[in-house]
Amino acid sequence: MKRETINAAIISLTLFAFAFILGEVFTSKGKKETKELTEYEILMGASEEKASLPGPIAVFSRAWQELSNPFYDAGPNDKGIGVQIFYSLGRVLLGYFLAIIIAVPAGFLIGMSPIMYKALDPFIQLLKPISPLAWMPLALFIIKDSAMSAIFVIFICSVWPILMNTAFGVASVKKDWLNVGRTLEMNAFQKAFQIILPAAAPTIFTGLRISIGISWLVIVAAEMLVGGTGIGYYVWNEWNNLDLASVIFSVLMIGVVGMLLDFLINRAGKLFVYTE
Amino acid sequence: MSINSLDNPYDSESKLSHGSGCGCSSCSPSRADADIPQTQEEIIDRAVENAVVRSVFPNDMERRQFIKVVGKSTFMAALAAIFPMDALKAAVKESNGKLEKKNLKVGFVPITCATPIIMAHPMGFYSKYGLNVDVIKTAGWAVARDKSLNNEYDACHMLTPMPLAITMGAGSVKAPFLMPAVENINGQAITLHVKHKDKRSPKQWKGFKFAVPFEYSMHNFLLRYLVAESGLDPDKDIQIRVVPPPEMVANLRAGNVDGYLAPDPFNQRAVFENVGFIHMLTKEIWDGHPCCAFACSQEFATSMPNTYGAIFKAIVDATHYSAKHENRKSIAEAISTTNYLNQPQTVVEQVLTGRYADGLGNVKNDPDRIGFDPFPWNSMGVWILTQMKRWGYINGHVDYKKISEQVYLTTECAKYMKELGYTPPSSNYKTHYIMGKKFDPHKPEAYVDSFAIKKKVSLTNAE
Repeated sequence: MKRETINAAIISLTLFAFAFILGEVFTSKGKKETKELTEYEILMGASEEKASLPGPIAVFSRAWQELSNPFYDAGPNDKGIGVQIFYSLGRVLLGYFLAIIIAVPAGFLIGMSPIMYKALDPFIQLLKPISPLAWMPLALFIIKDSAMSAIFVIFICSVWPILMNTAFGVASVKKDWLNVGRTLEMNAFQKAFQIILPAAAPTIFTGLRISIGISWLVIVAAEMLVGGTGIGYYVWNEWNNLDLASVIFSVLMIGVVGMLLDFLINRAGKLFVYTE
Repeated sequence: MSINSLDNPYDSESKLSHGSGCGCSSCSPSRADADIPQTQEEIIDRAVENAVVRSVFPNDMERRQFIKVVGKSTFMAALAAIFPMDALKAAVKESNGKLEKKNLKVGFVPITCATPIIMAHPMGFYSKYGLNVDVIKTAGWAVARDKSLNNEYDACHMLTPMPLAITMGAGSVKAPFLMPAVENINGQAITLHVKHKDKRSPKQWKGFKFAVPFEYSMHNFLLRYLVAESGLDPDKDIQIRVVPPPEMVANLRAGNVDGYLAPDPFNQRAVFENVGFIHMLTKEIWDGHPCCAFACSQEFATSMPNTYGAIFKAIVDATHYSAKHENRKSIAEAISTTNYLNQPQTVVEQVLTGRYADGLGNVKNDPDRIGFDPFPWNSMGVWILTQMKRWGYINGHVDYKKISEQVYLTTECAKYMKELGYTPPSSNYKTHYIMGKKFDPHKPEAYVDSFAIKKKVSLTNAE
């Protein structure tokens, strides 16, 4: 077991080093002219760096620069990467918790009643595949507030996986356990909280994990569309200036934060789930 | 040429109606000796005088002849006898009571057209009028429209056709919007991909894919106009796509579009990145065309008149400051930073100073590449409406002048004149020449009919 971990780490590191070197070799560097320049050359920016695909070193040095001062705030259009991520996280978590508050009880009820399950299934199946961003114009129009619209979009895309998984988990609780509850003369609440919820917990957490992943995917796109604040706006603003080192850096940051979110939900799931 | 609306109205030599190729002293590039107001107070005074004189003499030739006959001083005295000119000026300057709201949010799309709105922030024009303004970068025009309609922005940088379209409910919710000031004139260009260096005639553009920033934009209408003049139908022979300005260079590099008619700095940026070349400036299509605007909802203007007045003056002040060529370099420095345009300073400077590389190996020198003139000519509004009609964005009967006058407030002065019981000037129309073709704002329908290439509206659709 131990040996396997070490080997895996060695392979990971080798792959990383390989990608790093390959990246350095095959990316162009913005060339700077040093000889005497004509006015045309100066206006064409011969003395300045052009937009080019940066190598890993350039990206890491940009990362160092950004991460050494992540919380600066220079007005509404220029904030540090940390501030931007907190804005995005705030939106994601708000929409996500709203979705949990609605979807878990709703999923519970649907799962308990086979008739409701069948009756609502067509609607859920219809609404589930709609791209969250397709809701954006509608949300902007109806809610009339861009920040709330972004939160609504997170909500609407989080709700379905949680709802479906909760309903599925609740519906597939073993009949034997419910019968045990009946013999112990449990009331409906006791049955829900002591038998069904623990039994359905693993599937519910699967739904939660899927949703947080989707939410994080969506917020970046939504912020690129609406602008203002957030990591999506940060990417858009750097794209605006064709600053690819910053774009790659923020893409990596999006990955890191997404990974952390998934890890946290997974951890939380393990705390609640009991083994048979 | 950006201070045309501020010529001395008492002077028989000055022309208040500047057409294309106008030979008056204020239309020649060197106007160092011209009689232009310098300080902000003088500018307001002059604007008031101008509006009053215009209302008395809708015909400029009559005014000039009248002054020649009676003399300048008699003219001034006669006018002062009818109009309480000094009281009017004082009213315009001092009617600002307590500001209803000091913290304002003003949206802008990061392009050089927004220069006055942006530079008013770092250079202190908002604070000069007691306002604490946050200028907020916006991702695109649809979002700017929605945030303005949602009252998230108190005022916003818009394209000149937008407040007209919003007021009519074309491609938008119907809501009365006002455009008290034009932001910039000229300042756009057609950029083509470097691989099209040999295709310099629009006739060779059949099958091209072009990008414009928004459907309701001067960019769209000017591109359509140019292409149609060369015999191509913009709806059939080329493809016009809507692409937000910041995404244009990337799209051009990717070969996703063959070119674009776009706001700067994205034309200059394409040259800077060796991706495209500047085929022509839009001033070659229509010299002095309006482009972007400063707009707000009618609700904002009526519910907070003092705040509205203050921000309006700040914008007019900033626009006149931007108009002066000697200020352009420092403005470029102030607005090319991350929180505003987020562009290399060299690029912004080339746009604002008009000394630029065209991507074909030449250094061009055109100080009027972009101009700033706040006067919202009603005739410009009418022209935009004729093009909206021509290309099928609006159908049926259009009351061109009525809509233009409702949205394009000729001057803030008109409002104050009404308060004082006077009739505001009604004649704020002039004849424009677009690619040599005369546009008479008093005959809009005939103008629309005069084009061979236009959208065919079926009879069933027409109201």
